[in-house]
Amino acid sequence: MHLAYPAVLAVLLFCIGLYGVLARRNAILVLMSVELMLNAVNLNLVAFDVWLRDTLHAGQALTLFTIAIAAAEIGIGLAIVLMVYRNRGTSDVDRLRDTAERPGDDGPGGGPDRPTAPADREEKAEAAA
Amino acid sequence: MTPAAPQGFLSPTGVEVAFVLVGLATLGAALVSVTTRRLVHAALWLVVALGGVAVEYLLLTAEFIAWVQVLIYVGSVVVLLLFGLMLTKAPIGPSPDADSGNRWIALGVAGLAAATLGWVVLDAFRTAWIDLDGPVQGSTRVTGDMLFRHWVLPFEALSVLLLAALVGAIVLSRKDPRATGDTAAPGSRGADGTEDPEGTR
Repeated sequence: MHLAYPAVLAVLLFCIGLYGVLARRNAILVLMSVELMLNAVNLNLVAFDVWLRDTLHAGQALTLFTIAIAAAEIGIGLAIVLMVYRNRGTSDVDRLRDTAERPGDDGPGGGPDRPTAPADREEKAEAAA
Repeated sequence: MTPAAPQGFLSPTGVEVAFVLVGLATLGAALVSVTTRRLVHAALWLVVALGGVAVEYLLLTAEFIAWVQVLIYVGSVVVLLLFGLMLTKAPIGPSPDADSGNRWIALGVAGLAAATLGWVVLDAFRTAWIDLDGPVQGSTRVTGDMLFRHWVLPFEALSVLLLAALVGAIVLSRKDPRATGDTAAPGSRGADGTEDPEGTR
């Protein structure tokens, strides 16, 4: 098999995932696109491992490790998304701009966003307790 | 590494034809998955894309990785994503705001990256051939052999990392008992957002 087939397929899959990461608004859809990018990398690793006929099979071992790390990443990522959703009532990454610096904004937490207010109150209550 | 195989572009082998067909299906499913406006459908199309990648592993004679892909990605990661979608009350029907406003910039970046990477890859590996004949390179026996002979230490470190990730996910998704006692007044949101900590795994 020509090596260009898996390599080009991996490139296209990676770029589709890149588009999804940049264009999606829901945090869980962003995580799905990250999975697509990781799969493109895995496909590259396997293809080059088979091409090089590595005696250690470093590519396949690294693919297995990447799959395991991706599973860990998706678990942590979903837990974070669920926590954000519970605190803010949204999983929209465009609206989670509390740490963004705007011109004319003098401090953190002073943004005009409505959903930040209850979260701030909760944080203060936690700090006071 | 292998010497140039006698076949050319114009006489593809059966494996190459199958690879290209499955690759087209995978790319199409991935495209639909990142562009559809129905969130649950995006997760279901992701199953098709990940299954297609598993078939590509099989065609590259990496059997064990293919089945690991089916088990972990199709079996658990997609189910976890669907759980996440359900727990964040994703709408079942089409949601018009699934894409953000910078999707055209994203399209430009992705197209530019695809053109650059594709050109580089095609130019670099124009004369490289994968030799798929001979012994299977990724059978379970070979993979277990190399994994537990040469890669034992990374394997064990990875198991510790998985444990840490599991504990971290449980701690993150657990509801803090102090917070529920103190802030009961704005807790109407917390009441319907509560779920079993083990339910997210």
